[in-house]
Amino acid sequence: MPYEIYSVNGPVVTARGASSLAMMESVRVGGDSLMGEVVSVRGEDTVIQVYEDTAGLRPGDPVLGTGGALSVELGPGLLHNIFDGVLRPLRALEGASGAFMARGVNIGALDTEKLWDVKVLLKEGDVVAPGTVYAECKETELITHRCVSQTAGTVTSVKPGGAFTITEPLAEIKDARGKTHTLTLRQTWPIRTPRPVKNRLPINRPLITGQRVIDTLFPVAKGGCAAIPGPFGAGKTITQHQLAKWSDADIIVYLGCGERGNEMTQVLEEFSGLLDPRSGKPLLDRTVLLANTSNMPVAAREASVYTGMTVAEYYRDMGYHVAIMADSTSRWAEALREIAGRLEEMPAEEGFPAYLPSRLAEFYERAGYMVTLSGAEGSVTVIGAVSPQGGDFSEPVTQNTKRFVRTFWALDRQLAYARHFPAINWITSYSEYIDDLEPWYRETFGDQFSALRTRVSRLLLEESKLMEIVKLIGADILPDDQKLVIEAARIIRLGFLQQNAYHDTDTYVPIEKQKGMMEIYLYFYDAAKPIVDRNIPIAQLRDTGITDALIRIKYDVPNDNIALLDDYRGKIDGAVRSVLEANL
Amino acid sequence: MRINYIGISEINGPLIVLDGVSGVGYDEMCEITMGAGQRRTGRVIELDGERAVIQVFEGTHGLSLENVSTRFTGRPMELPLSKEMLGRVFDGAGNPIDGLGAVFPQEARNINGSAINPVSRKYPRSCIYTGISAIDGMSTLIRGQKLPIFSGAGMRHNEVAAQIVKQARVSGDDGEFAIVFAAMGVKNDTADFFRRDFEEAGALQRVVMFLNMASDPILERILTPRCALTAAEYLAFTLGYHVLVIMTDMTSYCEALREFSSSKGEIPSRKGYPSYLYSDLASLYERAGMIEGAPGSVTQVPVLTMPNDDITHPIPDLTGYITEGQIVLDREMDQSKLYPPITVLPSLSRLMKDGIGKGFTREDHPALSNQLFSSYAKVQEARALAGVIGEDELSETDKKYLRFGKLFEENFVRQEPDENRSIDQTLETGWQTLSVLPPDELDRVDAVLLRKYYKEDGINALRGSI
Repeated sequence: MPYEIYSVNGPVVTARGASSLAMMESVRVGGDSLMGEVVSVRGEDTVIQVYEDTAGLRPGDPVLGTGGALSVELGPGLLHNIFDGVLRPLRALEGASGAFMARGVNIGALDTEKLWDVKVLLKEGDVVAPGTVYAECKETELITHRCVSQTAGTVTSVKPGGAFTITEPLAEIKDARGKTHTLTLRQTWPIRTPRPVKNRLPINRPLITGQRVIDTLFPVAKGGCAAIPGPFGAGKTITQHQLAKWSDADIIVYLGCGERGNEMTQVLEEFSGLLDPRSGKPLLDRTVLLANTSNMPVAAREASVYTGMTVAEYYRDMGYHVAIMADSTSRWAEALREIAGRLEEMPAEEGFPAYLPSRLAEFYERAGYMVTLSGAEGSVTVIGAVSPQGGDFSEPVTQNTKRFVRTFWALDRQLAYARHFPAINWITSYSEYIDDLEPWYRETFGDQFSALRTRVSRLLLEESKLMEIVKLIGADILPDDQKLVIEAARIIRLGFLQQNAYHDTDTYVPIEKQKGMMEIYLYFYDAAKPIVDRNIPIAQLRDTGITDALIRIKYDVPNDNIALLDDYRGKIDGAVRSVLEANL
Repeated sequence: MRINYIGISEINGPLIVLDGVSGVGYDEMCEITMGAGQRRTGRVIELDGERAVIQVFEGTHGLSLENVSTRFTGRPMELPLSKEMLGRVFDGAGNPIDGLGAVFPQEARNINGSAINPVSRKYPRSCIYTGISAIDGMSTLIRGQKLPIFSGAGMRHNEVAAQIVKQARVSGDDGEFAIVFAAMGVKNDTADFFRRDFEEAGALQRVVMFLNMASDPILERILTPRCALTAAEYLAFTLGYHVLVIMTDMTSYCEALREFSSSKGEIPSRKGYPSYLYSDLASLYERAGMIEGAPGSVTQVPVLTMPNDDITHPIPDLTGYITEGQIVLDREMDQSKLYPPITVLPSLSRLMKDGIGKGFTREDHPALSNQLFSSYAKVQEARALAGVIGEDELSETDKKYLRFGKLFEENFVRQEPDENRSIDQTLETGWQTLSVLPPDELDRVDAVLLRKYYKEDGINALRGSI
């Protein structure tokens, strides 16, 4: 007996049938075969969340099980493309239903017509295990797509390489029970199941982002997790865009989860035009975009983070370093809350379901630096934006996220109002990866880097304490050496922490230049000490114009000629000397 | 022939429950006829086997369990659309109330609309000049943007919205403007104010009005913005108009949604609002935009009054997360009769950066607005300091900032409700106010622009500069 719809309430549909469908089974609902997923089974009732608008569904309409969990199609053609939350290609949807999204359009993620130039890496009689790379093709100019087997067996027949579509068989293998499996370029994977790996490796390499405040003060490791919480207008999205553009991951999965439609259009437009600073190839060649905007169905938004993670793991298993940017995880949590409400589940804090922390944990724990089944090293780094209600970090999503991430970039409304961007507050943010990454920094730069970092953050901390006093009694009352702290910290804030995402030179800064800039700023602080020692007002040093020149280093010293930084030592010495001489 | 169901099994607030229904779809519309022949409309909001829960738009007063018959239409809620809608006035559910009869429809569309595919969108880049310096200079409105006005009860947000409507134009324009005005739970006076204002501006023939007054049924209020946006989408993407949608007051809309949600017995989330408030608001705001290959555009200026002037209240909070910026009005400025009372620091236009500067407005615009923001932020610090230690004790630089703050508010922000400033005037005024500050305080402007636009004597051109 087929299943039939019994009740409809928003995106939640109850079906009845002879025996219940399986939990988390993917189903097709109603005459339009809308996509859905079983979320609860109670007696004869099977509760389904539907990924599309449910208007027009009637009791009695058919519900069909697909026999498997909600899965996505994986293979070449994901890069350089844009999908919705359940990996339906948006360009193909546009072709099928025009500028407005229609319901019940079921299109596979990948283009089945396109021919790929495939190199098959098997010969007859080879033994295939999960993890064996059986074929390769050039997916984009930047990325070689490796097909990693999910099954084991012995190769019984194999095609020579050549042009294949994703559905054409490349080889056949027979497993231990004598069952034949066909290997093609295409695979499927259930989104809620983490893909297996051989083992986890300790985290020891940073994700270089070209953003000074991140790379220097609050780094995130490859395979690590970071959260960017901030009220609206504080620059979460811009920061995510900057990371997606410039970080040194091989693959970027950019997930627009319940955010603005125009933003995704912007990402698409901007990334098509930009070149990767390392390879000189278009950024889109290494990027998979997932867009489930705020007005698309809420259940698909809930699924989209798992879809994104599955795509990320898929490329990790080829031996790539993948970074996934989820903007915003709060919208995902809200989707959980909305569906939980429809299911009439008991709410916990602020109406969120009680399982919010475990869902967050499941998501963030899929990150890591791994040895893949094929023996290669790959990583998934997760960077999740959090949109706390009212900008209040004590709300449940921010607080629970904090437990599962080790880098926390707190965006600050006051900094954003003052147009200090990126508005990452240097007092409340933190990175627990600093110690893990210490050996890498030492190997790359010797001991100096962490020494510089420590001095810079101390100066900033000291400044923030002094500013408390200044707010109460004014700057004039401070002794000169403290005024110097404030001046040096000001230069660091304006010249180093602030970074202009729209400036050609400043948008991406190599880490060598970051180090050089820190050295110059600290050199200034040290060099200026004789002035305060002799009770000469620090304003005189400012009048020489040296501080302005220091702040403009980011614009004036090109990224490819950081030797120019050395000139600034002379300039600082000159300025200090002229002030001292004027006061003889 | 469709079945008439006689009688109701339950009445609860605005909801009625029918038993023994079959073949009815979720979200379907129905007509409810009362004994005396009066008609009401309703919509299916929940189906449970043979039991249908229906919301009655006009309210359930006067309904009883027996004297009622219900007929389902087999269609979702649709709005008849035509070019003739321009110049007409409708109620919140899309029925004409200006006594001119029904609109002869070209087509009818589901008022819920559908999401625009992100790949079909055109990224908005042409800026709309409003003639208001605080907006044009600091939070530029872009065609296809959704830019709400965050206000509070009693502030002059209606005047600001009306001024935007009257003065809005696009440089080097093609295509015609149309205005869709949706009033949700506003007082009759407010609706009259807008009507008179449109009339004075000679714009009445380009306006479609959807009016749901404060005393009208709340369920109709939930339909009002949907009807308005359906009309806007039709005018924009089918007929090619550039449509400016004014929706006021979004707070009343959200209150209606909360009232409706609680009558359904849903689990409340923050401050009693339903957990789907974000998705619901997004389904309205995201209907702004431009589509690749379609001539028109939908630009939204929703107005909302922040309860207790609290920007972290769920309504402004969720709105701010969806819209592309916000224009924030300030109580203190309003009380000191500073018009428009736009406080520039929390105001923001996210799309501004791609629609201003060289090739759009003027090359110095991005740097200048950045500098004004940053300097004005320092004014606030200086004022806070002056509040503690007294103005006389401030350093020379801080005193200059105080002076700059005053000049900025009096010359740049303040303007008359009918004063239409060109973008050049706005930018010049900006530079003139900055001239009180020494050039080395202007750290957001690069040297070339500074040399070209900074005038030390610029201050003499300003009001109250002595």
